This record gives sequence, structure tokens and C-alpha cells, in this order.
Amino acid sequence: MTAPPPPLLELSGIGKNYGSVLALRDVGLVVEAGSISCVLGDNGAGKSTLIKVVAGLHAHDTGSYRISGEEVHLSSPRQALDRGIATVYQDLAVVPLMPVWRNFFLGSELQRGRGPTARLDVAAMRATTREALLRMGIDLRDVDQPIGTLSGGERQCTAIARAVHFGAKVLVLDEPTAALGVKQSGVVLKYVAAARDQGLGVVLITHNPHHAYLVGDRFLLLKRGRMAGSHTRAEITLEQLTAEMAGGSELAELSHELRRAGVVPADPGEGTEPTT
Amino acid sequence: MSGPDLLSAGDERLAPRSAVRRLMARPELGALVGAVAVFLFFAVVTSTFLTPGALGTVLYSASTIGIMAVPVALLMIGGEFDLSAGVLVTTAALASSMVSYQFTAVTWVGVGVSLVVTLGIGLFNGWVLTRTRLPSFIVTLGTFLMLTGANLGVTQLVDGTVATKSIADMQGYRSCAWLFAGSFTVGGLTVRATVWWWLGLVLVAGWLLLRTRFGNWVFAVGGDADAARAVGVPVGRTKIALYLGVALCAWILGQHLLFSFDTVQSGEGVGNELIYIVAAVIGGCLITGGYGSAAGSALGAAIFGMTSKGIVYAQWDPDWFKFFLGAMLLLATLLNSWVRRRAEHG
Repeated sequence: MTAPPPPLLELSGIGKNYGSVLALRDVGLVVEAGSISCVLGDNGAGKSTLIKVVAGLHAHDTGSYRISGEEVHLSSPRQALDRGIATVYQDLAVVPLMPVWRNFFLGSELQRGRGPTARLDVAAMRATTREALLRMGIDLRDVDQPIGTLSGGERQCTAIARAVHFGAKVLVLDEPTAALGVKQSGVVLKYVAAARDQGLGVVLITHNPHHAYLVGDRFLLLKRGRMAGSHTRAEITLEQLTAEMAGGSELAELSHELRRAGVVPADPGEGTEPTT
Repeated sequence: MSGPDLLSAGDERLAPRSAVRRLMARPELGALVGAVAVFLFFAVVTSTFLTPGALGTVLYSASTIGIMAVPVALLMIGGEFDLSAGVLVTTAALASSMVSYQFTAVTWVGVGVSLVVTLGIGLFNGWVLTRTRLPSFIVTLGTFLMLTGANLGVTQLVDGTVATKSIADMQGYRSCAWLFAGSFTVGGLTVRATVWWWLGLVLVAGWLLLRTRFGNWVFAVGGDADAARAVGVPVGRTKIALYLGVALCAWILGQHLLFSFDTVQSGEGVGNELIYIVAAVIGGCLITGGYGSAAGSALGAAIFGMTSKGIVYAQWDPDWFKFFLGAMLLLATLLNSWVRRRAEHG
């Protein structure tokens, strides 16, 4: 009789202080292989702090952080990377003027030869980049074009493909859809799902409950550095998630006030849905 | 959705991106067009420009700028300037000459000590820059002024005049002179040693930039240092290495200055740092970093050599040289930014 394997990531009772500021208190997060855990919250809710703890940028002060069951105390992003936790930040860490393939392998270049004759294996890097992108379903015209010429969504997808290629087991995505239009957001979410289907555990940080609900398996709501809710997909509907995210009773109060002021029609739910 | 068939489909879509487009995307294109234009211009308006004697002079003039334009271009691609590059050449020559004269009678000792001193100054530039995070403009402006003063001051102190004593009768002078300032003649065309140094440096720098991991890092630290750091590129060490490259080339050119005249004028070199930067920019280097090439810097230096000598052969007033250069710089920068925009968003 064997116990089920421990989750890829398991944070419980995590707390983090910046001086006298309590940025996180008693936060828990579970990430299983092949599933997407969404972290939702407004600005200042503690999403960035949580991501920094997970990525190894800051060590947590209290609570426990387990990677595949092993208790860790990360003190640098390199340690997180070595344990298979790759973080894709909002600025993506790409150099706009460099070709896609050079960006893809930057910092982990493939080389041939030794010592003074060590040189880049350009052909292999080009081919690998194209293949890795194709595997994620990204079909680039030309891996030699500067990455700055790609659309925001394509850049995001390339950064995700890079993390997947370099052996990430857990992918942490910081607001991947924040700066994108509706269509591009959809494309990015598709690739997030593709990463999940390859067996990765994904942490998706977002303030958009609609995007989270499209792909998420678990939802963690943060508010003022505390957990305001933690649900599996089966436990909650999009409406409940949106309401909880926006502050439940506060939202009801706001809509009441707006209605009194005549800013919105009597029932905002009715007018937005197309009646076909 | 995916599969090997998409690979070939991707390649087929590539065909319309023509060879012309790829050529346009090269950083040295503007400089190539400019160099050809300047060459044709002087070949037509002067009767002597195409003679072997004149070409040898032009090549020599281009090489003394080109030797420094190569590392300065690499440094600019890495996102930094070095305003001390011009006087550092003089420092390298002075150190070599004085050490040989004062402490030994063997020129090779001076040459070796000079290398250590020069690399030390390069290391200082790079180290201060990465430790303090001050802009390189300020850091190297500081070293520029300090070196300018020290060159004159130390020479005055040691030799009592503004020039160093002759080392022509010392042991090793002939072999040093052969290595750094020699020449040979083929069919009337005199090729100086600096030309070989220059071509060698361009080839090595081009290979480093495009075919090694170090080159990848140079583009990355100049293009976006934070992004480079985030994926594990050692940003500080890369920049320090680039300053050491400038120092190494300043040492080579400094030894050339010393061994072609056997004495050094301590006030030389001021203003040359701007010429190196201009040559790199004409060669396609972006002033903000992350873009450029070694071959481009060679073309920029060639434009310099042809113009400075061509004006003489055309029997114009040499005062117009600087005017011409300024116009060239503006044109090149405009052309570069236009080409780059086309290449990126065309």
C-alpha cells in the first residue's frame, strides 16, 4: 500500500514580513502535476509577494514550503530553477533586438568544442527552438527575427515554451494576460493549457476571474495578504468566483449605489448577455 | 495542430522574406554603402587616390583607427562607452617607453609591464562601473581626465619634457618594431603591421560576437541588462571583459605609436576616443546598445581613413575633414535607424 505522490508544490501557513509590514499571513497553496492553480487578488493583495516566495526571490518567514514533499527554504531564483520551478515574469526577461533563438537559449547556450574553440551550436539551437515552439503549438515564421517583432501574446508564449523546454516541472506565470487583448489572451491561455497537458503544474497569477475560470483547477483568493478563499473547480461557479473576487458584499453595495445614481440599468446581468 | 508537416510549411512561408530583406537587416549595410560611395568619390575626383602609394597610406590611416574601433564597437553593443580609450593608447605607449628606459635596457620588459598597466586601467573602468552602477559616461570621463593629466604630469616628472627619451638603441627594439610597426611591400603597396593587427582583431571580434556564448551575452547585456541577469547571464563580468578588450587594443596601438617613432608625445590621444565612437556608430552600432557588428566598425574606420587622406589628395583644405565627418555621422545614424525600423517592423 503506497501513499499517493506528494503535490509538486505545497505551501501552508506561509507568512512574509517586510520590516513591520505583514505582506502575507497564513497563506496556503497546492499545485499538482498536470493541473493549474490560479492565484487571484486585487492590486496589493499579496500576489507578487507570494510569487517571489515561490520563485525563490524572497525566503518566507513562517509556515512551510514543500517541493515534491521536501521542505525547502529558497534563497535565490537559481535554487528554485534547479528544483524545476520556472517563473515567467510580466516583463518576460527577453532582449527585444535579439533573434528568437538567441533569446530562447540565452544563459543556457548550446556549445560545440572545448576551451578556446568552444562555439555556439547555431544550427542545433535554431532547430530546437523551432521544435520546442511547435510542440507548444506555436508556429513561428522565422526564428531569426528579433523577438521584439513578435506580438505580445507570441512573446509570452515563447517565454512559456522556453521554461517548458528547460525542464520546468512547475511554471509560475505572473499576469500573463494583463497587457493583452481578448484574442491574444485566449491564445496565451491555450498555451498555458498545453503546458498543463504536458504534465506541468502551473501557478497562474491574475486579477481576471474570467481568464482564471477558463483554465483553472484550483482557485486561491488573496486579500490584504490573507487567504480570502480557496476552492477547487467543482466547488465554485464563475459568478461566485467573480463576486468573491470583487468583494462579495462590497460589490452588492457598489452596484446598489450605482443604480441609485442612475449610472447602470436596473439589472446589469440582463443587458450583457446576447439573447439568441 | 502540430507535427513535422508544419515545419516545412513554416519554411515555405519564409521564402517571401527575400535575400534583400536579410541584407537590409544587417547592421553594417549603411556603412558598406557609405564606404563604397566615399571610395568611388575620391577615385573619381583625385588622380592619385588609386595609386598603390596612396592606398597604402589610406589603409594605414584606417588601421590606426580601426584597431580601437573594434573593441569600442563591442563595448557599445554591450551598452557602454569608454571616453578614456584615446588617452589610454598614449598611456600604454608612455608606460612601455618609461619602464624600458628607467628600469631596464630591454624593450620587451616595458612592453610587458605596459600590458599589465593598461589592462589594470581597463579593469578599473569596468569594476567601478559594475560596482557603483554609475553611467559609463561619467566613470570613463573621470578616467579620461585623470589619464590626460597623468600622462603629461608623469612624463614631465620623469623626463622633464613633454616627450619621452628615445629607446631606439635598446635591446629588443628591432624585434618590437618589427612586430608592432613593421611593414612589407607588394607591388608598390606598402602594408604596415597595424593593418594585420586590425584585420586579425576584426575577424576575432566578429567570431566572438556571432559564434560564441560570450558574444550572445554581449548583445544581451547591451539590449536589456535586467532580462539578461534574470536568465543567468553574468552581466558585470561581461562588461568588465569588454573594458579589458578596449585596454588590450589600446596596448597594441600604444606599442605601435612607440615603436614607429621611438619616442612618445605625452599630450597625444585627446579627442581620438570620439573618433573611435564615431567609427563604431557609422559602422552600425546603436548608441543605446544591443546592436552592431565588428565588420561595421572596420567599414567605419575605412571611411575615416579614406576621407582624411582623400581630402589631402584632392588638395582641399584639410580643415573640411571634420565637417565632412560630422555630416557622415548624422547620415549614418539616420540611415541606421531607418534600416532598423524597416527590418523590425517591415
